[in-house]
Amino acid sequence: MALVTAPAPKTAADERVAKRSPLSKLMARPEVGALVGAVVLFIFFASVSGTFTQPNALATILYGSSTIGIMAVGVSLLMIGGEFDLSTGVAVISSALTASLFSWYFSMNAWVGVVIALLVSLTIGFINGWILVKTKLPSFIVTLATFLMLTGLNLALTRLIGGSVSSPSISKLDGFESAHAVFASSISIGGVEVKITVFFWIILVAIASWVLLRTKVGNWIFAVGGDANAARAVGVPVTKTKIGLFMAVGFCGWILGMHNLFAFDAVQSGEGVGNEFLYIIAAVIGGCLLTGGYGSAVGGAIGAFIFGMANKGIVYAQWNPDWFKFFLGLMLLLATIVNLIVKRRAELK
Amino acid sequence: MNAKQIDQQTLLKDEKDPLTHTPVHLLSLDGVGKHYGNIIALRDVTMAVDNGRVTCVLGDNGAGKSTLIKIIAGLHQHDEGVLHVMGDERKFNSPRDALDAGIATVYQDLAVVPLMPIWRNFFLGSELTTGFGPFKSMDVQKMKDITLKELAQMGIDLRDVEQPIGQLSGGERQCVAIARAVYFGAKVLILDEPTAALGVKQSGVVLRYILQARDRGLGVIFITHNPHHAFPVGDRFLLLKRGKSIGYYDKKDITLDELTAQMAGGAELAELAHELEQLGGHTEALKEVQAEVAEVTDAAYESNTKRH
Repeated sequence: MALVTAPAPKTAADERVAKRSPLSKLMARPEVGALVGAVVLFIFFASVSGTFTQPNALATILYGSSTIGIMAVGVSLLMIGGEFDLSTGVAVISSALTASLFSWYFSMNAWVGVVIALLVSLTIGFINGWILVKTKLPSFIVTLATFLMLTGLNLALTRLIGGSVSSPSISKLDGFESAHAVFASSISIGGVEVKITVFFWIILVAIASWVLLRTKVGNWIFAVGGDANAARAVGVPVTKTKIGLFMAVGFCGWILGMHNLFAFDAVQSGEGVGNEFLYIIAAVIGGCLLTGGYGSAVGGAIGAFIFGMANKGIVYAQWNPDWFKFFLGLMLLLATIVNLIVKRRAELK
Repeated sequence: MNAKQIDQQTLLKDEKDPLTHTPVHLLSLDGVGKHYGNIIALRDVTMAVDNGRVTCVLGDNGAGKSTLIKIIAGLHQHDEGVLHVMGDERKFNSPRDALDAGIATVYQDLAVVPLMPIWRNFFLGSELTTGFGPFKSMDVQKMKDITLKELAQMGIDLRDVEQPIGQLSGGERQCVAIARAVYFGAKVLILDEPTAALGVKQSGVVLRYILQARDRGLGVIFITHNPHHAFPVGDRFLLLKRGKSIGYYDKKDITLDELTAQMAGGAELAELAHELEQLGGHTEALKEVQAEVAEVTDAAYESNTKRH
């Protein structure tokens, strides 16, 4: 008898749920629109330019992507947490200037400047977040103010201390060589020189993804972006989470700032203006909702990679680089529309 | 009897319920008041919540219901009177404080984060973790399993805990929030207008969950402006109007009609009827209102005579 009766299924499948194929599950991920865009763009440039797929060219593209991508990690997390930061572009330069001016003025080991720069970067993040949660002003206003103030401080203090628009060279200082090795060297993989920032970028994306998907802090980040009041009501430390996110952006800015400094030996004090939008664009192309509560760190990375491909691909295809900004705008528009469609379809299924 | 209850008895030996003269209160308010600047939002409110009992707080919009729950839930602090939890005088500085004291609140609109999956919402703010130090991560599988199990016990048979909670119906979302509070060991459950935005059938479902929470031994505070929802499930009724308590009844001392009459205020209904008449309202509708006025006045008269 027992052999005749069909074994009852252990977990009774719900008849209301049509089986979701792995494909449709994949389609529900926030970064899938960007992934499709990245593949299309890659195939496009690979077909118009023979050099685009050369290992050396790929390393260059990855390097270009990483200088956006490192910041896009922090900016994506912040955007998922429901805020954005307009001061990131100049904050990177502030960090680099702090390190260079401090160690030059006191003729100290370059590493002292590096540590001071880290403190300054984290403090800028903390102040952004603190003003935001205390005043409850929109992050647009708060970080626009920090953006303007930092732009002014960068120019004024560099001239005051160093006497020029560019920070003085620090290549003669102790510790410069080792700092250069940490922040701006290349690692050879199969004869191809890959910049160390690419590895920083990958590590940051991995850590951010783990935090977002597998830790309670990640849960809080989604919650404060999705509905801060609901999050507060169930006991999520909303204030700490938001301030922490701004400080994470500051940390990413510090890494990139140190790279900018040690890749050469000086920094132009007027640089960085406008870069904040590139980071935000990378996050948005990668599927982060501008209103918060949805997105992924991997998405931001793909967004940065799309940026890198478009930026260098135009050069490899031997077109006029004037077209780049147009391309970027078009990409942003297409990516967000694709995201929207994919998300709606995924929700219907 | 378990040790906890004996403990409570000794702790509360000097406390008396003004209505039932029994000495156990999970939570009690005595003469509680709150003002925002020169606006008095709440004054002199006295009520009690017990294990396995439902205390209903009724009142129209602006009656002070929200202020009252915000005080109990730790979002605001009271300026007058005392708030006792298991016999200890308390003043909560944050929702976390109230949660730690075993008081969980299910808000009408901000119970959950819509874009997040059900299981993430269920454990939001109280995530289960494994590992230690900087490598502490969430125990995702366990959290998903518990969510599914707890919701099944509340009678919601879920399709997929990975679904964003925003895709659930209003009633289901309320239930997730209730199940969450029950699972995390809430002793007092505050429900802020859980039926306000729901249809008749969904409201019935939510009322059933209220009774289930009660039967699990929780003290429930059910905030509503609908006496028809409050009366079948409530054990005590606190009526608020313009920030003041206008009545506090045990179920045996009041009927649904009296409750409705107290809520609506007979005089106001009469005024409405008069106004409709002047506006040349539809005669049938007018008759209905007038009939109701008569009913309400009767009931109010009866309840007055009963009390005096």
